[in-house]
Amino acid sequence: MPEDRFALEEKLTAWHLGIALGALFLGTWFGPLQVLEHAGVDLYGVLAPGIQSYYQGLTLHGVLNALVFTTFFIVGFLTFTTVYSLKTSLRFPRLNAAGLWLMAGGLVLAAAPLLLNDATVLYTFYPPLKASALFYIGLTLVVVGSWVEGFGLYFTLGAWRAAHPGVRTPFIAFGSVLTMAMWQIASLGIAAEMLALLIPWSLGWVRGTDPLLARTLFWFTGHPIVYFWLLPAYVSWYGMLPRQAGGKVFSDPLARLAFWLFLVLSIPVGFHHQFADPGISPVWKAFHALLTYAVSFPSLLTAFTVIASLELGGRARGGTGLFGWVSKLPWRDPSFTAQALAIVTFALGGIGGIINASYNVDLIVHNTLWIVGHFHLTLATAVVLSFIGISYWLVPRLAGRELWSPRTALVQAWLWVAGMAPFSISHHLLGFRFGVPRRTMLGAAPYLAPEWNPLLVVAAIGGVLLWTSVVLYFIVILGTVLASRRVANPAEMPVAEAVRDVQETPAWLDAWRPWLIATVILIVLSYGWPLAELVRNAELSAPGMRVW
Amino acid sequence: MNGFGVDSCERWWMVASGAILAAFFVAVVIGAFYGFALPGPEKRVDPGRVAVDPPFAEPAVLQRGPGRYDVYMRAQIWAFAPNEIRVPAGSTVTFYITSPDLQHGLLIERTNVNVMVLPGQVSKIAARFDEPGEYRFFCQEYCGLAHHAMFGRVVVEPRP
Repeated sequence: MPEDRFALEEKLTAWHLGIALGALFLGTWFGPLQVLEHAGVDLYGVLAPGIQSYYQGLTLHGVLNALVFTTFFIVGFLTFTTVYSLKTSLRFPRLNAAGLWLMAGGLVLAAAPLLLNDATVLYTFYPPLKASALFYIGLTLVVVGSWVEGFGLYFTLGAWRAAHPGVRTPFIAFGSVLTMAMWQIASLGIAAEMLALLIPWSLGWVRGTDPLLARTLFWFTGHPIVYFWLLPAYVSWYGMLPRQAGGKVFSDPLARLAFWLFLVLSIPVGFHHQFADPGISPVWKAFHALLTYAVSFPSLLTAFTVIASLELGGRARGGTGLFGWVSKLPWRDPSFTAQALAIVTFALGGIGGIINASYNVDLIVHNTLWIVGHFHLTLATAVVLSFIGISYWLVPRLAGRELWSPRTALVQAWLWVAGMAPFSISHHLLGFRFGVPRRTMLGAAPYLAPEWNPLLVVAAIGGVLLWTSVVLYFIVILGTVLASRRVANPAEMPVAEAVRDVQETPAWLDAWRPWLIATVILIVLSYGWPLAELVRNAELSAPGMRVW
Repeated sequence: MNGFGVDSCERWWMVASGAILAAFFVAVVIGAFYGFALPGPEKRVDPGRVAVDPPFAEPAVLQRGPGRYDVYMRAQIWAFAPNEIRVPAGSTVTFYITSPDLQHGLLIERTNVNVMVLPGQVSKIAARFDEPGEYRFFCQEYCGLAHHAMFGRVVVEPRP
């Protein structure tokens, strides 16, 4: 084993990834079941009494894939990227290990009621739907564990900065730690919802809850959580993918500026999920719509810088002409291809996101299948397919082996897009044209209209293709871990150089305090008054019930 | 800006991105004033009293003037009350809706009506129905095992 390996950190990362991929594997089985049910083929009967309803399956799909897979993968990945980018071991490894134990323990607590049908409340768990207290306590521990690991990364970066005065933080470590900082501030909303409202209520200490206040606290976290999912993919797109493509980072200063803007602007936008809510002034909703447009600006910056960086790679590999460089990119490398396809998909998802953010325009699509189509482009492709691409070098690295059958991995990536296209397009259309509600057992709905059927069948075909892609993914991963050839020098983390010397990047783009202050100010401006009003007028008058 | 290391292509891209977003926001503000109103603070109610106290104890369609109707509606597991609303073509219908139990949603097909219904809050939203026909409405928020059975219809009758 080479001396520069961080054995303990790799072990921590491997445990995170193992749990994350286990959750992904379990959760994705329910995807095809849902779309097949919509198309008239209800397979839930086969699963009874293990899985007792469509809605229990839907809850497992959302919680395991959107919450558990993402959080465990991200914390594990960012631990790896931070130590390898700084070339230093964790400052307090026991702290990070303790965080992992908290996360894993929380997952066990939450999994029990989920599997026993005692928490069939979907991944938004809107009260007064009342799950077992274990579900709320478990999810809270997962979040708290991720905070503890975040602190472990801050101490690590702090020690590095103290030892390297005046040296710019390497971009990958910078983006990784920033992601954890954004998440800690953003997840205060869900922590407040859990600790002040849901846990005391589910334990019977208070008689009721306030659904609007709970929703508002939930969405305080619920939108920035998508940036918590997305930013690790951006770390890879900016900091690693140009290297994999043979290019360089087009602009290190703008890459950092984009990340700071994500820190400042990700959080004060949650009301755009509540445009259709009563009890919140349209003025505050419009302010959050404005800030949502503002947070799409760094995503547009990202589109430019990332594509320009890839173009440098394509040209360095001999590509010429306006688009000739595209064909010269390393399309035989499954890690590159999965992430490149994720980037293209994200452009489409981003355009849909701007539509959703557009104030009253959102009422055309709110809570319809359009939204499902949207977040399967953003979360379930841009993020998940990027994480899959990352795992195509990270899992071989951690296992000390070669990637098993890169060709299968390549087929897997393309098959994902081939399945997502019909799935997502049909869902967008069903929501937009017909207002078909989301999170609904449509096959059993008395109002299912015959003109919805062709699109529901297209969606089901897409869902089955996606599921096939997931199965191929797990064959590749298991093949890599169990059967592939051991290598003496396993894959390194790809680290892209910048075109210009990183030391030329201005110091204000490597200073934390002003950006953290701006973040807090903007949160107070956008949430302070409306949240204070909601708390002042709160009435714990909704008792809650179990209806599944 | 050149000292900051920004390529001129990228500067144009940034300006264009900002301009597009600014144009969108202006359009949104104009739409907010002249277009469809979003729900806002209307009234708080005690969910435990919704089935007992007026006006939601007896859900009703009330004519307020020529072509103007108010609907007081309860969304509850797993039905809307009323679940059939008849109005003549050209009517403007204002919905006041709340829930005695869980979160629900009211989405009326082929209209802009799409609102959350929360225990403790009254949601107000209005729509004008010009074309005669049947407009079905659905609960658009998960509310338990028979959520998918929760629907109703607005029947818009031709003017005599």
